[in-house]
Amino acid sequence: MKKIVAAVLFAGVASSVAVTAQLKNTPIPRTADGHPDLTGMYDLATMTPMERPANMPAVMSDEEAAKREREEAARVKALDVQLDGNRAAPPKGGDGSVGPAGNVGGYNNFWLDRGGAYSIVDGQRRTSILIDPPDGRVPSLTPEARQRQASRLAQFRAPTSDAGESGDPGLEPAGAYDDPERRGLAERCLLGFGSTSGPPVLPNYFYNNLHQIVQTPTEIVILTEMVHDARVVRMNAKHLPPTIRKWLGDSIGWWEGDTLVVETTNFTDKTRFRGSSPDMKITERFTRVDAKNLKYRFTVEDPSTWSKPWTGEYTWPGTSERMFEYACHEGNYALTNILKGARLRERATTDKQQ
Amino acid sequence: MRSRVRDVLIAAIAAGVGAIVAATALPLEGQAPAGRGPVPPAPAPAYRAPRLADNHPDLNGIWQALNEANYDLEAHMARSALQLRPGPYGPVPAAAVLALGAVGSVPPGLGVIDGDGTIPYKPEALKQKKENQDKYVERDPEVKCYLPGVPRANYMGHPFQILQSTKAIFMAYQYAGATRDILLKDPGPAPIDSWMGQSVGKWEGDTLVVDATGFNDQSWFDRAGNFHSDKLHVVERWTRTGSNTLNYEATIEDPNVFTRPWKISMPLYRRLEKNAQLMDFKCVEFVEELMYGKFRKKPLTGE
Repeated sequence: MKKIVAAVLFAGVASSVAVTAQLKNTPIPRTADGHPDLTGMYDLATMTPMERPANMPAVMSDEEAAKREREEAARVKALDVQLDGNRAAPPKGGDGSVGPAGNVGGYNNFWLDRGGAYSIVDGQRRTSILIDPPDGRVPSLTPEARQRQASRLAQFRAPTSDAGESGDPGLEPAGAYDDPERRGLAERCLLGFGSTSGPPVLPNYFYNNLHQIVQTPTEIVILTEMVHDARVVRMNAKHLPPTIRKWLGDSIGWWEGDTLVVETTNFTDKTRFRGSSPDMKITERFTRVDAKNLKYRFTVEDPSTWSKPWTGEYTWPGTSERMFEYACHEGNYALTNILKGARLRERATTDKQQ
Repeated sequence: MRSRVRDVLIAAIAAGVGAIVAATALPLEGQAPAGRGPVPPAPAPAYRAPRLADNHPDLNGIWQALNEANYDLEAHMARSALQLRPGPYGPVPAAAVLALGAVGSVPPGLGVIDGDGTIPYKPEALKQKKENQDKYVERDPEVKCYLPGVPRANYMGHPFQILQSTKAIFMAYQYAGATRDILLKDPGPAPIDSWMGQSVGKWEGDTLVVDATGFNDQSWFDRAGNFHSDKLHVVERWTRTGSNTLNYEATIEDPNVFTRPWKISMPLYRRLEKNAQLMDFKCVEFVEELMYGKFRKKPLTGE
């Protein structure tokens, strides 16, 4: 029977019949009111990218996945060398490499936790979180959205919630360091980077990907490790009036059978997931597939940004790891130094010209 | 006078009914058996809270303190401002807070500290408390939207939400989006200090007792400069006292700062609005001008 189920699962992406069959065979924890119990700690780090790389099938063979995971483990191990306490300072202006670990040296490998395995959904090792459109790529932006994102500088005027760490610290275009408001939301400690808080909740492929769920019959809280953002989902409730906007949107939820459905609207005009408008609607579906794992599926709708809705899914694996306080703002010396550094550089340039 | 008699009567009847209901529903441990003869004074109000499936009292809800504790835990008269400077005829508001006028004044309160109502500072620590107060604007972590710590998070003048199931107890605070996961299994000493500390909860009868340690020395107790070190140890007791009230107690211990443990207690009230819920108070954004404004390419000028 197991083999038959596995074969059905391999046959196509997310056959709901197969999922139901799987659920019936797997006992899952339930709350006193009979609903699946989603309570737990989850580590969302994964090697499965948001969008499918070119020329990749939707599903990777176990052998191919194992090979890539071994390579990644070897790469991490090689980077995990003990640092020499007496090593010299990095060269002035950085070591020339791009990315947060380049330049004058940011995080070394010790701090990073990018994920070491591909996400397994319905028994398949997925090559992208996106499943619809079927090519695994985010649909193209509408002309209106393209206009919003017109220039590279535009993103520095209005950073988006999915932005990662600055890839080129100190080397961004003129104007990017003029004001705190132009810096990334994560650099300002307003949201974690890479849409880690969501919704949609995404792995950030960097570090601190823990999420915790606490469930009561009337509210379900989803806590994001980065910036300790707690999104309280109100069950069977109505949305807030349109005048009230929230950084993570306003989330209401209900049960459809054994699946928790969460609908989120009322985003601020500063959240801007991948350049979205404040009218974005996110529908998330949480399904407990076994005692340890949740299946997380989301659909993004924002007609002024994307010509059609798009959907992704990946597994939230349970973990016994503990979450510790991510007090970002309290230790944000970086933002002061980024802005101050830019002012010092401007002064140095002016002095040279005189 | 007549109305007072009536109030007393109503209260007595209500208490009697409550006691009967409680006694009939489920005799509590240690409670005097109903019957003839003198009844010893009841140890606690006979309120019996609704239960979860594990038979522990249900603390779920959105709660808020309704007092002046965040201004000053100790008894205090109203004063003109949070930071003062000497004036020709006594203290006046300091320049940094002057423009707020009456809005920036401190409302009076009788304090929330049990016993003699004062915090038992060591002499050196008392000096620092006074200095904190003199440099309030510069030093209160709340001014910079830093995490509130414990117990301060519970009386910030913002609502907070307790989410309790048979598996977990979680507290989400509106102020600065602070959170606490109340661990129901003691993991041992906190491996790292933090603003909100490590909280371990257990039930003593109908009271949730939370043992909080692992704090850094950065948070304060109120807007009056009352502070602690990283040796802070807080034991909180959360007890339902009515359908819409909780009693909150916190015993505070810190051998670096105080001569003995001391205790605060206060009621917490349920937010009864039909649409009560936590809203966004991401004040990090609100303090950017204060903290980073001077580093703008073109700092704002004028008023």
